[in-house]
Amino acid sequence: MYIIIIGGGDLGSSLAREFLANNHEVLIIEKDVARCEQLKDELGSISLCSMGSEIATLTKAGIARADMLIAVTSEDDDNLTPCEIAKRKFNVPKVIAKVNNPKNEHIFVKLGIDCTANGVGPVLENIKVLTGIFPLARLLSFKEMESELVLVKVHNSSLVSKSLEDLPLPAGAVVTLLIRQGEGPKIPTPETVLQAEDQLVCLIPSESEESVQAIFASNQ
Amino acid sequence: MNIIIMGCGRAGAELAKFLDADGHEVTIMDIDASSFDVLPSDFGGMAFLGDATDEGMLKKAGIAQAGAFIAVTRDDDKNAMTAQIAHQIFNVPKVVCRMYDPLRAEFFQSLGLEAISPILLFVQLVKEKLKDN
Repeated sequence: MYIIIIGGGDLGSSLAREFLANNHEVLIIEKDVARCEQLKDELGSISLCSMGSEIATLTKAGIARADMLIAVTSEDDDNLTPCEIAKRKFNVPKVIAKVNNPKNEHIFVKLGIDCTANGVGPVLENIKVLTGIFPLARLLSFKEMESELVLVKVHNSSLVSKSLEDLPLPAGAVVTLLIRQGEGPKIPTPETVLQAEDQLVCLIPSESEESVQAIFASNQ
Repeated sequence: MNIIIMGCGRAGAELAKFLDADGHEVTIMDIDASSFDVLPSDFGGMAFLGDATDEGMLKKAGIAQAGAFIAVTRDDDKNAMTAQIAHQIFNVPKVVCRMYDPLRAEFFQSLGLEAISPILLFVQLVKEKLKDN
């Protein structure tokens, strides 16, 4: 595939490296001249030093034959414009935007850029997992299935000694993995009996997040 | 009419001055407080410190009551984004934005946005001047 990345910061260059390692063709459009030189040293001649939201630049970059455009600058407006141009003017099949301010995500969706990666959410959830004190953390969103892969932790002592089939999980929830201290990961069965501090990886319908959180939350 | 202007540069301040004198309720926004220094001392509108790409700020600036929104920051992308928020999210009846890049102006016009390119206007004017001679 031919992939155009707007923004050659840490995220843009890491993405480029991943795509290159998987034998894709990549071009990074970066406005900062010094950063462009660095990219050349690190990754070879795969960068174009220009403004990613200029139609002339995108045309020069060969956007007409691009399979994908990914905008990952640190400014939401600098990400929105190239995505709109790619999608509406050049019919690029896949357009993905990093949204720096999570509050702007719905604006992108409303303007037709529905593949958005929130710049804060994953780090936030990661830290929630690391603290070990939250009953639920989101691991991954499957927007097309309207489902979330979440990690829940048994904080509610009344769940201890109960089996999975006795939990009031919402319809459609799938418990995929059990992580128990001192033991290796296991694929749980409906008969699996919970212990304190057990962690479960579950796929749940997005709208049921709060109810699932309530099941596992501390009962103090 | 309630009018919100984003960007208090030369164009924004001049517009604010004119629209205020014309009897409109003008709110001019900018992310830099010192930019408001260029407003005349008898400016009767409101200077509002804040970024119009932030919906919360737009609400505080009174976008729900606005009859018009004008985006004239020096950044085309910021103008495009704020104008689209005003147009699509808040349904402001009249939305105008400035787009230095003529190609981008044409593109956003094709999406239904009133995008004005001062460069194209200037070229047009010069063309007409040359015709006169």
